[in-house]
Amino acid sequence: MVRRIEVTVAAVMTAVFTSAATIAAQAQPAQEGFVPATGPISEQIPAAPLVVAAYAFFLLLMVFYLWTIWRRIGKVEADMRALERRQGASAGGQSR
Amino acid sequence: MRKLFLPLAAVAAAMFAYAPVGIAKVPYESTMLLVQKIFYFHFATWMAVTASVLVCGVASAIYLFKGTAAADHYAVASAELTTVFCTFGLVSGSLWGRKAWGVWWQWDARLTMAFMLEMVFLGYLLVRKYGGPGAEKLAAAMGIFGAATAPFIYKSVDWWRTVHPQTTVMKTLGDKFPAAWNLVWFCSAAFLVLFVVLLAARVQLEQLRAELDRAYLAAEE
Repeated sequence: MVRRIEVTVAAVMTAVFTSAATIAAQAQPAQEGFVPATGPISEQIPAAPLVVAAYAFFLLLMVFYLWTIWRRIGKVEADMRALERRQGASAGGQSR
Repeated sequence: MRKLFLPLAAVAAAMFAYAPVGIAKVPYESTMLLVQKIFYFHFATWMAVTASVLVCGVASAIYLFKGTAAADHYAVASAELTTVFCTFGLVSGSLWGRKAWGVWWQWDARLTMAFMLEMVFLGYLLVRKYGGPGAEKLAAAMGIFGAATAPFIYKSVDWWRTVHPQTTVMKTLGDKFPAAWNLVWFCSAAFLVLFVVLLAARVQLEQLRAELDRAYLAAEE
């Protein structure tokens, strides 16, 4: 009986300490604020592809979006011209 | 708006021509180094998202309660711009996070809520396209609720502390890193001018569509 209680207490204590350690690890605050770098600079993972990808994606996204607006405006204007032509043709047919 | 379109487009082009020069010149940040340079467009695009969400919310409310057609044009135009700028914000954040956090994506409060904002406005556009008659009113309600999420997204990093930096980063940036402070506001101004230019172009498209619909109705009569 005593042995069973000891095992239960040990299990509970292990669970509590493990949870506390996990919560403490998760609660690490992020760095507050930006500070300019001084001295020599070295990076373990090259960041250049990520930076280039971000700015290239923005450029492509804007070019694509402007193209879609231009294409849609062109389509509406073409529909308007077609409607005007149809109206003109039907008005001409009625007058004859 | 049409008179201002070309001057504003020229200003936006000039600002975006200078922005890469400024970003290249600004010193590295001490811990994140090169990858922190994504910040200048990343923050600025969220400023544009804030502006577009605000315009969509106000225009949707005006359309829903007063039925003004022009307000509906602004609402749908700004909803589309929200999805465009939000897409860039999520992608640029993911690229930055890959280096800064070691992961492409993290389901923390800020990122998840920003993703949900994108989903709400994509939903808005789907309702507009496939919702049939009366979809404008339903979409307007979505626009108002989408706009209402913006303050929660902004404060989420303060309320739920996770990996994303808090709003205090911007409050201390001016003192700690003045060059970055000036540049991030320059880029934000460039994005806001770009937002106005794109909004004007997109509203013009909606006006032309409305004009075409009226012409079809007149032709049928």
